[in-house]
Amino acid sequence: MKKKTKELSWLTLLPIYLFTLAFILGPLLYMAALSFMTREEVWGVAAEFTLKNYQDIFQPVYLNTFGESLKLAFLSTGLVVVLGYPFGYFMAKLTAKWKRRTMLLLMIPFWTSSLLRLYGWVIIFRAGGVFDQLLTALHIIDEPLKLLYTYPAVVVGMVYALLPFMIFSVYSSAEKLDFRLVEAARDLGAGPVQAFLTVSLKLTLPGLLSGVVLTFVPSMGLFFIADILGGNKVVLVGSLIQEQLMKVHNWPFAAALSIALLVLTSVILFLYRKISGVKDLEGLG
Amino acid sequence: MDDLILRLENIYKSYPNSPAPVLNGISLSVAQGQFVTLLGSSGCGKTTTLRIISGLDAPDRGRVILAGQDMSHVPPNARDVNTVFQSYALFPHMTVEQNVGYSLRLRRLPKAEIRQRVREALAMVQLEGFEKRRPSQLSGGQSQRVALARSIISHPRLLLLDEPLSALDYQLRQQMQQELKRLQKQLGISFIYITHDREEALNMSDVIAVMRDGAFEQVGTPEEVFDSPRTSYVAKFVGGANILHCHVERVEGQIAWFQNAQGSGAFSTRGHSFSPGQNATLAIRPDQAQAEKDFDKSAPGLVGTVKEKSFAGGVLRVAAELSGGQTFVCSRQGIDWDLAPGDQIKISWAPEQACPVDWEALDEKEN
Repeated sequence: MKKKTKELSWLTLLPIYLFTLAFILGPLLYMAALSFMTREEVWGVAAEFTLKNYQDIFQPVYLNTFGESLKLAFLSTGLVVVLGYPFGYFMAKLTAKWKRRTMLLLMIPFWTSSLLRLYGWVIIFRAGGVFDQLLTALHIIDEPLKLLYTYPAVVVGMVYALLPFMIFSVYSSAEKLDFRLVEAARDLGAGPVQAFLTVSLKLTLPGLLSGVVLTFVPSMGLFFIADILGGNKVVLVGSLIQEQLMKVHNWPFAAALSIALLVLTSVILFLYRKISGVKDLEGLG
Repeated sequence: MDDLILRLENIYKSYPNSPAPVLNGISLSVAQGQFVTLLGSSGCGKTTTLRIISGLDAPDRGRVILAGQDMSHVPPNARDVNTVFQSYALFPHMTVEQNVGYSLRLRRLPKAEIRQRVREALAMVQLEGFEKRRPSQLSGGQSQRVALARSIISHPRLLLLDEPLSALDYQLRQQMQQELKRLQKQLGISFIYITHDREEALNMSDVIAVMRDGAFEQVGTPEEVFDSPRTSYVAKFVGGANILHCHVERVEGQIAWFQNAQGSGAFSTRGHSFSPGQNATLAIRPDQAQAEKDFDKSAPGLVGTVKEKSFAGGVLRVAAELSGGQTFVCSRQGIDWDLAPGDQIKISWAPEQACPVDWEALDEKEN
């Protein structure tokens, strides 16, 4: 009886495998194949093997774009950690009523398209926009700051978009933290900071680490934030891929760029896993 | 006074969301090497008392004096007091060795010394070789021992134990009682032990403080609390005593006699003054009362009808209903007692075994 259930259990998993095959592995393989093909003049792809697409990536202008993307991703992730960890940690300590309310406040923005919310930032940041008006009214500045289409505007947009993921990740970890363990640490001679570092932080580390992954990986690819808030001043790999695909119609090069981004992100995640010593980034480490 | 490890002076504590104060002016002294038990039912303020001693909570009023110094508002990490928590509170992300050595690592002692002392502490609780285990790989009894080792490794002057044995099964609890007692003697440190189990309290303590509604009902040696309860609450809680209200008829020296609808009897005044016509409350433990089926109607005693007979832990118990409906319990060792439900019996006791209680309240009323 038991053996039979086990033999048939793969059937229940079949849809998941089929789905993964059709919508994740398939496109990925297609993209990988595409990246080794030759571009046809004006439109289309010829099935001719070449490594030229990958060689092109090493031109200084493209390498620079990768560098910029990395820099922005590290900066955004760092800021998200600094802002999101305390938020998620203290949120877990609220009473049930206030937890629900805070959770609701965090969820409401997700009911609107992220693109629309991004245009909200345009209104805030543009020359003479909400931000400028506010600072002028407070007599902090005399002339508009013209924040739109600057690097800081892009960073703010990135942090804004990614912060909730860090908060939720840290929160889910901090909520499981047994505060009696912190009391035990204090009782055994740890000061508040020591107790936090040796107990609270250690036990919420899985949440923090998976939050970093949830932030870092998308931040490498969120091209529309840089496009909308950075104009053409901040060009990221994501924007480059989109441009090659939609405007230049160089599909093989866009595919090669995508594969390169994938490899780069994977390598960083691998190193990160090695350094942090956490084997399971999903939170059980 | 200087050999006092702890003195609690008139501690009051309320929590924002509870109407009644949790602690209502408690005072307690603990000497070097003493085993003090706070005995009481849940919600009586035992754990709050412990948290105020350890510093995890601050008293609203009153002082906590540790080794002669007022530590009422000193944080827990600066107090020479450790706690064994009811939940054990072992750090799940550390091995047994790291858990036990935690307080020494905070003090930045050399690694070799920490390892040595961890080994000694684990040997003391008979857990040699468990260094590399994780808390998740330990049984309840083992976790308990690790928690104990962790809190004694830094040689605190005072160890607080919050119902440490409550999660263990009966046999293990018996065994751990003896071990705790041995450990306390061996280390020579004072223990304050919380329990709601009277057997545990009577078995282990030098001093028992019976707590009720945030105050100490009686503080004394196990013999005092068991044999000379001051209040009917203590008599019932510690001795499982029967409480009898009566009217004093005559007093002959140290013996007072009473007669009421349920029968008659005598009790020793135990140094308190009783006069004819006065009300008295008596506590008579089940093991102090005799019950006979063939009785002399003229002899003193209470007449009742057997309602129930039960046998537990080597003790036979008979519950009888007195006239007026009150239940009176008698017990005796062994399995042989020729009483059955429905039997008429006479319950009697030697005068010195009936203890007058609640006389403080009486004295106050009369003055």
